[in-house]
Amino acid sequence: MKIIVLIKQVPEMERVKFDTERGVINRKSAGVEINPFDLNALEAALQIKEELGAEVIALSMGPTRAEGVIKEAIARGADDGVLLTDRKFSGADTRATSYLLASAIEEIGNVDLVIAGEMTVDGDTAQVGPQTAEYLGLAHVAYVTKLKKIREDYLTVVSSVWDANYLKKLKYPGLITVTKDLNTPRLPLLKRKLEVREAEVEKWGIADFKTDLDHQDVGLKGSCTRVRKIEVPSLIEREGKIWTGDELTEAITEVAQICQEKDRMGE
Amino acid sequence: MTEKEYNGILVFAEQRNGEIHHVSYELLNKAEELAAELNCPIFAALLGPTGIEAEELIYRGAHEVYYLEDEAFGQPDELFYKENLVDLIEELKPEIILLGATNFGRSLAPRVAAALDTGLTADCTDLRVDEAGKLLQIRPAFSENILAQIETVTYPQMATVRYKEFVERDRDATLEGEIIKKSPTKAQEQSIEVLELLEQQKVNIAEAEVVVAGGKGIKKAADFELLQKLATKLGGVIGASRDIIDAGYLSKEYQIGYSGYRVAPKLYIACGISGAPQHVAGIKEADKIIAINTDPSAPIFEIADYGIIGDLYQVIPKLIEEVQEDETRDN
Ligand SMILES: Cc1cc2nc3c(=O)[nH]c(=O)nc-3n(C[C@H](O)[C@H](O)[C@H](O)COP(=O)(O)OP(=O)(O)OC[C@H]3O[C@@H](n4cnc5c(N)ncnc54)[C@H](O)[C@@H]3O)c2cc1C
Ligand SMILES: Nc1ncnc2c1ncn2[C@@H]1O[C@H](COP(=O)(O)O)[C@@H](O)[C@H]1O
Repeated sequence: MKIIVLIKQVPEMERVKFDTERGVINRKSAGVEINPFDLNALEAALQIKEELGAEVIALSMGPTRAEGVIKEAIARGADDGVLLTDRKFSGADTRATSYLLASAIEEIGNVDLVIAGEMTVDGDTAQVGPQTAEYLGLAHVAYVTKLKKIREDYLTVVSSVWDANYLKKLKYPGLITVTKDLNTPRLPLLKRKLEVREAEVEKWGIADFKTDLDHQDVGLKGSCTRVRKIEVPSLIEREGKIWTGDELTEAITEVAQICQEKDRMGE
Repeated sequence: MTEKEYNGILVFAEQRNGEIHHVSYELLNKAEELAAELNCPIFAALLGPTGIEAEELIYRGAHEVYYLEDEAFGQPDELFYKENLVDLIEELKPEIILLGATNFGRSLAPRVAAALDTGLTADCTDLRVDEAGKLLQIRPAFSENILAQIETVTYPQMATVRYKEFVERDRDATLEGEIIKKSPTKAQEQSIEVLELLEQQKVNIAEAEVVVAGGKGIKKAADFELLQKLATKLGGVIGASRDIIDAGYLSKEYQIGYSGYRVAPKLYIACGISGAPQHVAGIKEADKIIAINTDPSAPIFEIADYGIIGDLYQVIPKLIEEVQEDETRDN
């Protein structure tokens, strides 16, 4: 069994500064980390590995420094990892990203299961998983909240769609995208962390693909969407009336009043 | 792909158990606005079991409704939907395709876009047409901290649109249009099977008018009864921060925030919630925010209209006492 986990390096969102006036994102004060949802994807792969025995490969597209997430994935239990990195890959939208990830998965070959996170905290799109499945011609189940049966030739999973939970059966090969509720990711092992520190991460540029990868299909050229501009919206102005502990009686009366007024609004 | 070939706006009318989801009517409203500028027809694609009142889509502004009837559309099988929707799109060649950014829509749309090899913009909060007739898609990104303006350089231009972002198209039963019934062009695939509906969500906090939400300040699961009492008195529902869901106090359908539900109530009461950005992402649309927290420096106070610095275990019982039940309200 071979499982690919799709992971992306993202800025630590808590530390990113958003400049409302200039409309810019300042990442200087922020470090980078594995997209939090992708840790759940990795954990799912590791649990399947424990059950069935599997080779777990972390796959990422990003700049050279994104090798850090491959190393971390290995420290957390992945067997191996590949970083897709090339100047030509930059500027990719979800279409170009998915196309490249799918090409790499085909290149790796004999993959039974691909696991992606629900979404990335910088992209917020939740598109790369299902798009990759389509480019691979595989079935997918999105918003997986539970792995029910883990079997040699299929999985049954709980998927949260239509405001309900559906039990679905996915035969391999297939792809799932997982939510935060699926599991609690394990921590990296110190021993493995030290091992991977010096290790070389396998990197593939466009020329390393055995099958021809068209330049028109990757990076900005392979992207079907363009960002025209960004804007950092300011927060809605709020009244901001605060009562402290010794004004409790007054606070209760007023707040109760506000509650009731609101309750009747729009009737 | 030249744009001449493409004309019209196609709205995917999501249905569940034969009922058309309201996001479809919101999309039709927006489609009407865009169609007025583009001077083009509005199509609706309804994939569902037999017996759906497809005229409703006409009354909400669709000119032509393509109703693909099959019992198998009664199951959320994205692959089956994709195959058939792609065939319909290739037949109609719309220049714009809109889907609701529900979980199902966000799972189906990327497959359709990839199959058509065109661009897709996720979870839009606004759509406009520019001078050149291109669709401008506005969407939050970076954990909802920025708004990006996106254009699609290929055709069709596809977007998923957030539920409750636009108002519904008013119903007008005098409107006329055509309903074209069809059978699926593709059969269901064997690689995926929908085995069973396990459980229907019991509450839908996204629709509630009043939400009383609890966070880590709540000491045990049973204490949510207190919040429930207040919620009931105000005709609302309870909700929670992610930590509460993680602790197993409440199920996922109560989670508010970036990775939970976005709520847009008239009144949002945050009890023992610190106000982390990922939580706040889900309550930005609330009309009034009231926060109860023991910590004066809690970030929730920065975005609240009214804040009480105090212990929720003291404040809430008093509030329950003070709030008069509205007897004129039915139910
Ligand atoms: C990718 C990602 C996605 C996330 N998605 C979400 C999401 O969708 N929703 C979400 O909520 N979070 C989400 N989070 C988590 C979020 O960052 C916070 O950890 C979480 O919101 C904190 O929950 P809390 O406010 O209940 O807990 P805390 O931050 O621990 O706050 C508890 C508060 O209760 C107060 N308090 C304690 N006792 C009392 C008392 N007796 N009376 C009054 N006040 C009291 C404390 O002063 C404190 O301010 C996400 C995080 C990540 C990384
Ligand atoms: N550059 C990337 N490299 C590897 N995986 C990615 C990349 N971008 C997105 N993914 C995967 O796709 C999921 C959804 O991402 P997104 O569509 O950006 O919200 C993520 O949780 C990852 O599993």
